[in-house]
Amino acid sequence: MSNSNDINSGIVAQDLKAFFGNIEVLKGISVSMQKKKVTALIGPSGCGKTTFLRTLNRMHELARNASIKGKVIVDGTDIYSPGIDPVLVRRKIGMVFQKPNPFPTMTIYENVVAGLKLTGRHSRKELDEVVERTLVQAALWDEVKDSLRKSGASLSGGQQQRLCIARTLAVNPEVILMDEPASALDPISTAKIEELIFQLKDTYTIVIVTHNMQQAARVSDFTAFFYLGELIEFNNTRSMFTRPQKKQTEDYITGRFG
Amino acid sequence: MKGGGFSYWRRKTSNAFVTILFSSSVLIVLLPLILIVGYLFFKGASSVNLNFFIHRPAPVGEHGGGMGNAIIGSVYVVGLASLLGIPIGLLGGMFVGEFPHNKFSTLVRFVADVLNGTPSIVMGVFAYTVVVLPMKSFSVLAGGFALGVMMIPTILRTTDEILQTVPTSIREASLALGVPYWRTVLSVVLRSAKSGIITGILLAGARVLGETAPLLFTSFNNAFFSYSVTQPISTLPVQIFNYAISPYRDWHRQAWAGALILVLAILIVNFAVRVFSRQRFDQTV
Ligand SMILES: Nc1ncnc2c1ncn2[C@@H]1O[C@H](COP(=O)(O)OP(=O)(O)O)[C@@H](O)[C@H]1O
Ligand SMILES: [Mg+2]
Repeated sequence: MSNSNDINSGIVAQDLKAFFGNIEVLKGISVSMQKKKVTALIGPSGCGKTTFLRTLNRMHELARNASIKGKVIVDGTDIYSPGIDPVLVRRKIGMVFQKPNPFPTMTIYENVVAGLKLTGRHSRKELDEVVERTLVQAALWDEVKDSLRKSGASLSGGQQQRLCIARTLAVNPEVILMDEPASALDPISTAKIEELIFQLKDTYTIVIVTHNMQQAARVSDFTAFFYLGELIEFNNTRSMFTRPQKKQTEDYITGRFG
Repeated sequence: MKGGGFSYWRRKTSNAFVTILFSSSVLIVLLPLILIVGYLFFKGASSVNLNFFIHRPAPVGEHGGGMGNAIIGSVYVVGLASLLGIPIGLLGGMFVGEFPHNKFSTLVRFVADVLNGTPSIVMGVFAYTVVVLPMKSFSVLAGGFALGVMMIPTILRTTDEILQTVPTSIREASLALGVPYWRTVLSVVLRSAKSGIITGILLAGARVLGETAPLLFTSFNNAFFSYSVTQPISTLPVQIFNYAISPYRDWHRQAWAGALILVLAILIVNFAVRVFSRQRFDQTV
């Protein structure tokens, strides 16, 4: 296993517990995810993958009665320490949701620049440049370059998800969290998203939730297996899928449950 | 097949029966509106002319005259009411809609519902007590206050309900971009809810436009054109009321014409509401 304990780089969770009311959904997760690598989170439905992802950019606390204990250290800073502004955390750690959620009242162009426009002033030229760059990055530019003034909601599901990725890239995050970004999409759109993740991992630290083992094997460098709110196994993806250390992991990835 | 044939005819007859049932219900709903508008046209249309819109009431015995001052007065009072009702209703609705589980929100909702069900004459008495008595005069201000207070709960509750229909996913999309909460509400949530909120405002305005009772003790009436907010003013509903209870033929005709104009104005606002709420669904840029 490679050195995954450098606390000053990447994302480190230390004994992280997450609650809805007094129900403990994450039961003390400690893991360290490397910078500019893709980490896949796998595990059966309801095991806490989404919850874990949402603790990493302080989205978890937005839910009613939700709270956490423990630490999440991103590039050496505990994002839960007092005095840290969650708004700035979220700007640095972007998120792509399971169901594509472009802003329905905005055009494609406005969707991409929404994060920039709502957080500061930018010149028209700057925005044009960002729109083109991020749509190219999200492999959507060629399909929409002539219809930037159309509603974001007019796109297909796969295009909407790539639009959401472009929108996330536009605010220039360092980390991108993806919650089953392709689960609502057809196989061709899924392949496009996977290709995209491949392109993005040179620049961004990526954490992706997936329920698709092949997808985890294809796109990720490391894999974390969650079960009932606990982290059962964490390893580089190749070892995980060829020589799982735990019985539960093996059962899950060979499809015996889940 | 025999059974198949049977169920086919059964389906046909029940279909016809239900169709008739539905159509007659629709007719029953439409009938009063058609009758009212039709009757108003019949009685009032002949008295609607340019003079009606630009002149003030003529003294008894003289022919002609109009409701120009009452039309202006109605716009004036409802405009003033909007200045009070829209901001308070909107801000209150935003608070309640954004923090639906807050204890305070529950209280505000309850108060708004009670206020909504309060007879309008009570609002008039209330405005009389808090505005007319201290100012020692009937006034536009008092009328605007009474109607404005009546607009608050309608706008508050529609805003509340519309905000709650905005999907969480939209809010989260914005928050996840690092957009502050207040900015998310103002620029993303409100924008998605815009047409619904405008609908609520228009309906609240249309509703108070036809109110008579609260104006009887507040803006009262005025036989002249008046533009001072501290003076009594003529409004369409009050003017119609006064004319209708008078013993003069001429005034009755004027009352019919006034009622026609008032109903048409309210219909137009409701029509605008239809247009606005349609927009919500075919928003392609
Ligand atoms: N808003 C919520 N309120 C209460 N419980 C929740 C909420 N969201 C998720 N849960 C519970 O937390 C557990 C983990 O959910 P989640 O993180 O969504 O799992 P996964 O993404 O792995 O399917 C589940 O048991 C789920 O029922
Ligand atoms: Mg999930």
